[in-house]
Amino acid sequence: MASSSSFLAPSSTSILHSKKDLGLSAFTSTSSISSQRCQKTGFRRICCSVAAPQQSQRQPSTTGSVKTAMTMTEKILARASEKPYLTPGDNVWVNVDILMTHDVCGPGSIGIFKKEFGNDAKVWDREKLVIIPDHYIFTADERANRNVDILRDFCHEQNIKYFYDIKDLSNFKANPDYKGVCHIALAQEGHCRPGEVLLGTDSHTCTAGAFGQFATGIGNTDAGFVLGTGKLLLKVPPTLRFVMDGEMPNYLLAKDLILQIIGEITMAGATYKSMEFVGTTVESLNMEERMTLCNMVVEAGGKNGVVPADSTTFKYLEGKTSLPYQPVYSDEQARFLSEYRFDVSKLEPLVAKPHSPDNRALARECKDVKIDRVYIGSCTGGKTEDFMAAAKLFLASGKQVKVPTFLVPATQKVWMDLYSIPVPGAGGKTCSQIFEEAGCDTPASPSCGACLGGPKDTYARLNEPQVCVSTTNRNFPGRMGHKEGQIYLASPYTAAASALTGYVTDPREFLQ
Amino acid sequence: MAFTTTTTTTPQNLTTFTSSSHKLTPSHSLTFPTHPTQTLTSRAISTSISTSTRIHTLSTTRATSSPSSSTTSAETTFHGLCYVVGDNIDTDQIIPAEYLTLVPSKPDEYQKLGSYALIGLPSSYATRFVEPGELKTKYTVIIAGSNFGCGSSREHAPVALGASGTAAVVAESYARIFFRNSVATGEVYPLESEGRLCEECRTGDVVTIEMKESKLINHTTGKEYVLKAIGDAGPVIEAGGIFAYARKTGMIPSR
Repeated sequence: MASSSSFLAPSSTSILHSKKDLGLSAFTSTSSISSQRCQKTGFRRICCSVAAPQQSQRQPSTTGSVKTAMTMTEKILARASEKPYLTPGDNVWVNVDILMTHDVCGPGSIGIFKKEFGNDAKVWDREKLVIIPDHYIFTADERANRNVDILRDFCHEQNIKYFYDIKDLSNFKANPDYKGVCHIALAQEGHCRPGEVLLGTDSHTCTAGAFGQFATGIGNTDAGFVLGTGKLLLKVPPTLRFVMDGEMPNYLLAKDLILQIIGEITMAGATYKSMEFVGTTVESLNMEERMTLCNMVVEAGGKNGVVPADSTTFKYLEGKTSLPYQPVYSDEQARFLSEYRFDVSKLEPLVAKPHSPDNRALARECKDVKIDRVYIGSCTGGKTEDFMAAAKLFLASGKQVKVPTFLVPATQKVWMDLYSIPVPGAGGKTCSQIFEEAGCDTPASPSCGACLGGPKDTYARLNEPQVCVSTTNRNFPGRMGHKEGQIYLASPYTAAASALTGYVTDPREFLQ
Repeated sequence: MAFTTTTTTTPQNLTTFTSSSHKLTPSHSLTFPTHPTQTLTSRAISTSISTSTRIHTLSTTRATSSPSSSTTSAETTFHGLCYVVGDNIDTDQIIPAEYLTLVPSKPDEYQKLGSYALIGLPSSYATRFVEPGELKTKYTVIIAGSNFGCGSSREHAPVALGASGTAAVVAESYARIFFRNSVATGEVYPLESEGRLCEECRTGDVVTIEMKESKLINHTTGKEYVLKAIGDAGPVIEAGGIFAYARKTGMIPSR
């Protein structure tokens, strides 16, 4: 199933550059590097193996089955480009099923669309464009507010069906259409469907791959092109396969899995590639956890991430979408660039230390790092399941947080869930009650919030050079505001545990 | 049958794109030549570059960005000072998120974006890319390590670099969305070096990039370096981005 890695010569072969031989003669050089990495981070056992099978390279033309076998990503793009068969490297014109944009990139994309197609031009399909203001909403910044107005004017002019508008900034609940974070809104509103192509003017558009579709981020110019034509020229990426098996330990979350992977392959390890997540562990994850997994694909440089659709997916979609969809799956004989296997039961809670998402470390090895605040929010870690997890940990400890703990629900629906859904084992208490008892800040208005800093008056923005444990996706210098801010990326469990101690803390301190 | 590594296929059932002076029908789309690869591989170097499809003229950004830099009208040579950065320069460092309220398609906001280019670099970069109070940079070329432009898909990143007046980035490698956006906008040439030029060059070195020969000359150290050929992306950037290129090559009608 996995291919010989000489199938394509990936440009980002940084993991092949190390010459150290760990005596693992059964594996290719890629695997000895990853084992070395495991050892570097203090693992006693090899928790990850990378395999390229020992089969000889077959010429594609010699076997009929190899000729037509495709990965999930290849199949989705083949169907979208109306081609029977594609291989990685092919440049094809793809029909776009959904284009998403928000307040930061929407105005620019609209500007390009009008300039290139004419002021009176109409978008290619008023039902396939989803416009979601979410980035800089609850701010007094005039340009930010103006940008939402630009979206509104365009939606009225074009009669766009899906525009999740907000007008009253003082009270998000007074805006019935407003949703919040675009990637979560797309899922909640049923715009993510297996087998489809979803493009968005945001790098975390890859989140939607959790639904078994091709989803990736594009810039304003590409978006302007799609607005006019409904098509885009895309190059078919080869696929890296990540097989995760084993029962998920009760102290681990999908965030730990993806931090593990990014630490393994580095920030450019998946550049121009697709990341496919399979295995019994992945199958056991709910949709929001799968979304977390795919969300950070871009942090490894990945073009897109995919999780095969199954009953969990179909159940989630019930009642959310009325459009038919057709899931696709990788063929048995599909060729993958590399295959990585993880025994999840051997993994431990992780953080990504400043200032890079691949700066992986065990949470327990960072227990001397004093922190100033905790941030729980964003498309990565601000969904209902993320807050549920944090609440469970707070409940298990029964204690109060030692540092300011900011909670920013991704969408209106998440916010409502915090106040209505009882947390299992809490005797009827909701997340919001548990958070209040633990001394957290009141859950804020739903938006992207301080994940990317934002205008200076953004709630929970890092305006001082402080240390923050965050459930967000990036920790580059200045990411949350201050250039000297130190951001530790972590799961909601780890974030909650750290809030309780005032230090970076392994959640096993509180969860047994 | 050998598989080619790149093939370009054309959409089916196309109707002619109607001119912008008329109301467009809802089902407008594009015409493409039967063999687009033929058009793409022909490297006709145009000496007159249409300015109507760009917000700024190329001569403003490339030739007059600073007294010490110059370009030929065919854009085959860039000469001037270089600014050196390290690995993994992400989009938050290229253009911090707080400036993303600026809309690149608005000319005055485009200029402002340029003034904030690379303002997110840590203070360990004592020499700043754009001097405080200036609108443009004095550096013609940015030399970088690996994975330049990683992070967000924000097109503001290559736009800020282009608006600042810099002509090209020479990096060991790029993140894909940044690379794609650079080509689509035509704002800056994303050139790739063979090896780590960021360790060989210093900020302030005088360099020349010869596009036709794919090389970079560092006049201050006297060394020359091979660059990877930009290939089909070159004519697209030279034309001013994908839309301008599509018009120039007849893929879509001129305006």
